[in-house]
Amino acid sequence: MALDEIKIGGLGASRRRVEDNRFIRGKGNYIDDIALPGMLHMEILRSPLAHARIRSIDVSAAWAIPGVRMVLTGDMLAARNLAWMPTLSYDTQAVLATDKVRFQGQEVACVVADDPYIAKDGCEAIVVDYEPLPPIVNPTQATAPGAPLIRDDKTGQDSNVVFDWEVGDREGTDRAFAQADVVSAIEMHYPRSHPSPIETCGSIADFNRATSKLTVYMTTQAPHIIRAAVALVAELPEHMIRIVSPDLGGGFGNKVPVYPGYVVSILASILLECPVKWIEDKSGNLISTGFGRDIYLKGEMALRNDGRILGVRMHTDSDHGAFFSDAQPSKFKIGLMHSAFSCYDIPAAHLTAQGVYTNKAPGGVAYRCSFRVTEAMYFQERMVQAAAADLGMDQAEFRRINLVRDDDFPHRTPWGFLTDSGQYGKCLDLGLEAIGYEDFLRQKEEARQRGRLLGIGISTMTEPLGAGNSREYDILGIKMFDSAELKVHMTGKALLRTGAKTQGQGHETTWAQIVAHELGIPAEDVLVEEGDTDTAPFGMGTYASRSTPVAGAAVAMVSRKIRAKARQIAAHLLEVSEEDVEWELGRFSVRGAPDRGVTIQECAIAAYSNMPDGMEPGLENNAYYDPPNLTWPFACYIATVEVDPETGVWDVLRVVAVDDCGVRINPMIVEGQIMGGLTEAYAMANMQFITFDEDGNCIGSNYMDYLLPTAWETPGFELHEVVTPCPHHPIGAKGIGECATVGGPAAFVNAVIDAIGDSGVRNIDMPLLPDRVYEAITGGHDISGAPPVKTE
Amino acid sequence: MSTLYEEVRPSDGADDAVPVRRVELTVNGERRAADVEPRLLLAHLLRNGFRLTGTHTGCDTTNCGACTVLYDGVPVKSCTMFAVQADGHEVLTVEGLATASELHPIQEGFKDEHGLQCGFCTPGMMLAAKALLEENPNPSEDEIRWALSGNLCRCTGYQNIVKAVMWAAEKLGGSADDAGDDAGGES
Repeated sequence: MALDEIKIGGLGASRRRVEDNRFIRGKGNYIDDIALPGMLHMEILRSPLAHARIRSIDVSAAWAIPGVRMVLTGDMLAARNLAWMPTLSYDTQAVLATDKVRFQGQEVACVVADDPYIAKDGCEAIVVDYEPLPPIVNPTQATAPGAPLIRDDKTGQDSNVVFDWEVGDREGTDRAFAQADVVSAIEMHYPRSHPSPIETCGSIADFNRATSKLTVYMTTQAPHIIRAAVALVAELPEHMIRIVSPDLGGGFGNKVPVYPGYVVSILASILLECPVKWIEDKSGNLISTGFGRDIYLKGEMALRNDGRILGVRMHTDSDHGAFFSDAQPSKFKIGLMHSAFSCYDIPAAHLTAQGVYTNKAPGGVAYRCSFRVTEAMYFQERMVQAAAADLGMDQAEFRRINLVRDDDFPHRTPWGFLTDSGQYGKCLDLGLEAIGYEDFLRQKEEARQRGRLLGIGISTMTEPLGAGNSREYDILGIKMFDSAELKVHMTGKALLRTGAKTQGQGHETTWAQIVAHELGIPAEDVLVEEGDTDTAPFGMGTYASRSTPVAGAAVAMVSRKIRAKARQIAAHLLEVSEEDVEWELGRFSVRGAPDRGVTIQECAIAAYSNMPDGMEPGLENNAYYDPPNLTWPFACYIATVEVDPETGVWDVLRVVAVDDCGVRINPMIVEGQIMGGLTEAYAMANMQFITFDEDGNCIGSNYMDYLLPTAWETPGFELHEVVTPCPHHPIGAKGIGECATVGGPAAFVNAVIDAIGDSGVRNIDMPLLPDRVYEAITGGHDISGAPPVKTE
Repeated sequence: MSTLYEEVRPSDGADDAVPVRRVELTVNGERRAADVEPRLLLAHLLRNGFRLTGTHTGCDTTNCGACTVLYDGVPVKSCTMFAVQADGHEVLTVEGLATASELHPIQEGFKDEHGLQCGFCTPGMMLAAKALLEENPNPSEDEIRWALSGNLCRCTGYQNIVKAVMWAAEKLGGSADDAGDDAGGES
């Protein structure tokens, strides 16, 4: 009798989450919950100016405060060759400023004290004498003749350009444009945004002089990369470094890079020989740590009158802040921007990209996104809407004409990716049906005649999730594979560890479901652990929706290795040859005699008590999984809105989401990921951004200025699914955590632009603040949101 | 040296530059006392003084609500109250929601409706929900959304949080309005 897979919490079970048991009791173990004996506390003094030379730093008053144990400045670090550190993109970043500060909020000094209040007192007592320099807050300023050189620390750097890069077929694209009936052009800015998990970053460094071992508890999405980075930066032997990533209060890409606070807390612990805790405050998090986006687009589409897209040209100018510390594959300077238009059948495309330094915080992290994919898909879907309008075509029909058809897979995208599966047209049709497309168009027209502005926005996209494969994807040369280790104990219970690191995605629940699916061991009998480099197998961590595509695949593969060994044990126990053993979920039986069988649990005990002659004892193994390709989920998001022409305020009427992420391990969790992603998409379209004034002041460095939607504003979401299994993933799954954040914003913006279509406006930069929308309607022109903004 | 929170004031003979004050309060039904600096925030007394780390601090500006506790039954953001203000008052934290043997229905609802992901905002959300349900056992979806609008969540996106509160309302005996999947907030 085969097991009921849903009952044992296998694939497809909406299993309630294991991790919730501690979270709902307030018994999570986040970084700031950890207290070690004798622990001191560190705070960071940050620059109030965006660009300034440091004339002097006087720390004497800080030292004089009772309870202050150490004050660290850039000069102290420089004496130990630690004032600068490498970034994840082959650049360098100041740990504590020595020569000058290059963005507002940059780390200037640290104070270690008996408690965090005294440490803050210490920071306030430090006197820094700055000589202000002209700040740069956008690429135009950065590349203007005579612009001040931000990175004068770098030999050979004589401009503010970080890189010039191109990809695609320039000549072929030129030919396509020469044949075009219509060329549709658009320009826009995807504003700087911050992942802003509610929990900020932090670390507790604990150096033990007696054992020479350094343990660092740290808010990191990629503990093994951090271990390697610490070994390189601090010149410590890697086997004496243990990185522990505890429960994370959200990550969204913000907790991938290495930050100065981590580094200084480690140095302070080594110097003071006691644990040193650093917990970033919210302003520190928003003003200095990995931002997302901040890219300008000039896009053009070559179109035929019948609606076919012949070619695409894109040029992006990206603002990387003062240090190029994007966390992304080393081959691709502007991430996977060239994954744009992967869902459309387009013969030719060409992308040029320039990156610049500015006097803003570094980052360029993949904020709930795979390496600039969010920007790519936003630009794509905004260009598609503009093109449909230029052709006078229905926006849904224009998409249908150009979407890759089901029988075209595998499909080579214009920039060389290989998409392998999908039912794009079906997803679009399902979305249109769910929203009642034709009905809405009628309502919209009726409303228009009565002076009301209704609009509908569509966003269809596929995106590359789950880096690697290792041929193309590495970070600092480390190939992007991932890992799982499974130990089946003699009583049939199991311990699973992976190289990923959950931040709310529910790995402790879903990984066990994959084991249950592969081995028939009930999910509740599988303990999942992640985040401790002393125990977890080496992996590249969790970001870019790579957990399920890569680590999740490794979980399936290690389970299959265990099953292969268990089969040998079963043959031994059943006294038949291996070829005569058949597998059904959780049980081996004799071919032709199904009553004679042994369970996986019986095999487990035999692995320790009654293994065949010559077999290595035990039932443990590991797997390192290098995916053959990325996974390509598809989504169709449709939003309807009403814009108030008197105020520019827009309200969401309905949001329909159709997601095809292949096989769903835990449908409840998948839907949770989609709803969370749509909320962030709504946030970016509506209110959430960071900008700068002419002096380089960061506007959005706290939750009073950096607006996040609450339960009150956030609309409801209607979810639908299509399942096209991934052909190369062991269980057919694709990434899902970021699809809605990636594809969602364009649906909202397209809807508002559709609503005010009569005004002739092609673009309003996000967020679509009421004053921007109002100005667009009344002025009849596009609205740029690029910094600087004027402040009173 | 730190004088932020000490069960007993250390008498090391040094000149006391920092004044401290004795506070006595009831936390989760238990009487607690501590000597604290007047500037100590309630959230930090709970977290670091009493080691009740379920109360999280997320923003420093009273926006995120992760530090929400019930203060004489009223939800407050404990990062914006001084510990001395709690002298003589009753505080309920997330650790006080469940009894030894069973979870509070709000806790069950959050788990059953997948109302949390990273879990960081969850304690504040649950306490805000508790205050709502005590005042209004049968809230509409809009009333729930309004009551939770002082609490920010970045992972879950509110829809399941609203359903979790409705689940709890039903379990507690109210009959919440139908928890339609497609209903929005303000429109």
